[in-house]
Amino acid sequence: MKPLIGLAARSLWNRRGSAALTVFAIAISVMLLVGVETVRNGARESFARTISGTDLIVGARSGPVNLLLYSVFRIGDATTNVSWQSFELVSRHPDVAWTIPISLGDSHRGYRVMGTNGDYFRHYRYGNRQALALAAGKAFEDAHDAVVGAEVARQLGYRIGDEIMIAHGIGEVSFAEHGDHPFRIAGILGPTGTPVDRTVHVSLDAIAGIHEDWQGGTRAIAAEPRHPHDIDDPEGAAAEEAARPALAGITAFLVGMRTKDSLLQMQRALNEYRAEPLTAVIPGVALQQLWQIVNVADRALFLVATFVVLAGLIGMLTAILTSLRERRREMAILRSVGARPMHVFTLLMLEASLLALAGVVLGITAAHAALASTAQLLASRFGLFMEMGGPGVYDLLLAGAVVSAAVLAGLVPAWLAYRNSLADGLTIRT
Amino acid sequence: MTELAIDIEGLAFAWNDGLPVLDIPRFEVRRGERVFLRGPSGSGKSTLLGIVSGVLKAGRGRVRVLGEDLGLLTGGRRDEFRAAHIGLVFQMFNLLPYLSVMDNVLLPARFSAVRRGRAQPDPATEARRLLDELGIVTKGSPARLVTELSIGQQQRVAVARALLGRPELVIADEPTSSLDSDARDGFIRLLMSECSATGATLLFVSHDTALGGLFDRQLSIGDINRARPQLEQS
Repeated sequence: MKPLIGLAARSLWNRRGSAALTVFAIAISVMLLVGVETVRNGARESFARTISGTDLIVGARSGPVNLLLYSVFRIGDATTNVSWQSFELVSRHPDVAWTIPISLGDSHRGYRVMGTNGDYFRHYRYGNRQALALAAGKAFEDAHDAVVGAEVARQLGYRIGDEIMIAHGIGEVSFAEHGDHPFRIAGILGPTGTPVDRTVHVSLDAIAGIHEDWQGGTRAIAAEPRHPHDIDDPEGAAAEEAARPALAGITAFLVGMRTKDSLLQMQRALNEYRAEPLTAVIPGVALQQLWQIVNVADRALFLVATFVVLAGLIGMLTAILTSLRERRREMAILRSVGARPMHVFTLLMLEASLLALAGVVLGITAAHAALASTAQLLASRFGLFMEMGGPGVYDLLLAGAVVSAAVLAGLVPAWLAYRNSLADGLTIRT
Repeated sequence: MTELAIDIEGLAFAWNDGLPVLDIPRFEVRRGERVFLRGPSGSGKSTLLGIVSGVLKAGRGRVRVLGEDLGLLTGGRRDEFRAAHIGLVFQMFNLLPYLSVMDNVLLPARFSAVRRGRAQPDPATEARRLLDELGIVTKGSPARLVTELSIGQQQRVAVARALLGRPELVIADEPTSSLDSDARDGFIRLLMSECSATGATLLFVSHDTALGGLFDRQLSIGDINRARPQLEQS
C-alpha cells in the first residue's frame, strides 16, 4: 500500500491536466452539495430562532404563513390593518400577559421601519427565549427617537445621536421621504441573528405623526370614531386611547398569554371574531407550515445536488477508464519490476480515492469560503443567518460518502486493470 | 544450490486457441552464463521469457528457475519470486515517465524486500553507483525526469534498474532494437560487464544475429523449440 500511494500520486500528477478537470468536476459538485445543505440548515436554524416566547401573532385575515412572513420576517406586506380597538380589546383581556403592537409600511435605506411601543423591548423574545438587549443608548422615548438593529447600525455606520430620514414604502430607493420628520438614533440593539437586526424601530406615535398629512398614503390617518359595540370595553380605555395619537390601525400584534391553558381558546376566539376579520396563529405552528413549503424546494435542491455529485463521479470513472488503454505499458513495467496484479488493482483504487479526496477537500473548502464571503449578503438579502463554524461533522460525513462512492466506482477500472495485467503479463502492447 | 539458473524439461505451452507455441524438451542455462537466444518475431521468444520470469504459467512440463519449480508456486508467489530474483529489460519505453531517473531505478526495491536488502550499502547509494557506471549521472542530476533522456540513455537506466539489488537472473528482451549499431555494441558490453560484476546470469533475446558473437553461448529458438508457431502474441 505504502509504496503505491506515491506512485499513484505521481502517475496522476503526470496526467495532471485531465486529473485536474476530474478534481474540479468533483469539487464543484461537492461545493454545490455543501452549499445547498448549509443554506438549508441555516434557513431551518434562522426560522426556528426568529421568534420565541410569543404565543399568538394576530393580523388581518390572511393565511397563517403570510401573517408570519410579514410580521416576523418582514417579508411582503399586510393586505389590511388590524383596528386599534381590536388590539386594545385583546391587550386588556385578563388571560393576556402582554401585547406588542407592530406597524410596518415604511423603510429606511432598504431596511424596514417598524412602529411599536416600549412593550416590544420588554417582552419580545428570540432564539432560546432571549430578550432584546441594547448595545448602546436606550429605548425610544418620544416620536423622534429611533432604535436600530445591529446590522442597520453596522452597515450604515450609525451612532447614537445620528439623524435619519424615513421613506414611505419599502423600496431600497424611495423618492418619497418623510423629509419633514427626521429621527434621531436613541439606541442600537445587540445582534440577534434575526430580522430584528435589520429593522429600524420607532414609536407608534412617530408612525402616526409622519403619516398625519400624507395624502396619497396607504393608511387612513384620521381618528375613527370608536365602535360603541366593543364588548368589554371599560371606561378607562377611552381615556387611555385619548392619550395616544390618532392611529386607526396597526399591521399586527404579538400576544403573550398568562397561561398556556387559554391559548387555543383565545386563538379560536380571535379567528372567529365577528367585529373584524382577524387571523391569529401560534408561531411554532406557522413556522412549521412555512418550513414545509420551503422544504419542498429545499429537498429538490438537495436531490439535484446529489445527482450532480453522481455526475462528477461518473466523469472521474470515464477519465480513469479512458486512461487505462494508454497505461497498459505502465502496468506492464510495474509488473516487470515486481508489482503483482493486486498492486495494479490497488494502484487504480488509490487513484480514484485520491481524485475524489482532492475533489472533496477542494469542494468543501471552496464552499465554506464562498459561504463565508456571501454570509453578509445572505443575511441582509434573504434573512439567512448561517452558522459559520467552518467545516463540521456534516462535511466529514459528506466527504466520507463521496470518497466511498468514488472507491466503489473505482472498483470498475481497478478490476479491468487487474484483469488486463493478468492477461498482458509483461507483454507491452504498442 | 543447483548449478542451473534455468532448467526446463518437457515444456509445452499454447494460447487459448490451442495452437502450440512452445514445445521444449530440454533447455538449460548455467548460473553466471551469458546466453544469446536468437529468433524471429513470432517464434515464441517472448512467451518463453514470460514463462521463465513467472508471468505466464507453463501448460505442461517442469520449469525450474534458480532451483525453484515455478509450476509449484501460486501466481502471487511467482510475482514475489520475479521481484526478488529477476531483472527485466524490454525493447523500449522501459521507464515510468512520471518518475525521476532515480525513482525508476529504485522501483524493484519498492516492491521487493529481498532486492531492497541486497542493495549495498543501501538502495539509493547502489542506484547512484549503477547510474554512474552506466554513464547516466555524469550530466545532470538523477532527480531529473526520464523523458529528458535519449532512448539510449533510457535503456541504460533500465539496465541499472534491472541490476539493482543484485538479482541472480537478468532477462533482456530485444533491448537494443531501438538503438543504432554503435550505441548497441556499447550497450551490450555495459550490460555484460555489469552482469559479470554481480555474477548474474544473462538471458539475452534478439532477432539480430549479428550480436551473438559477444556472448558465452548462442542458440536459436528453433534449436530448442519443436513447435512452429505461425504468430506470436506480441
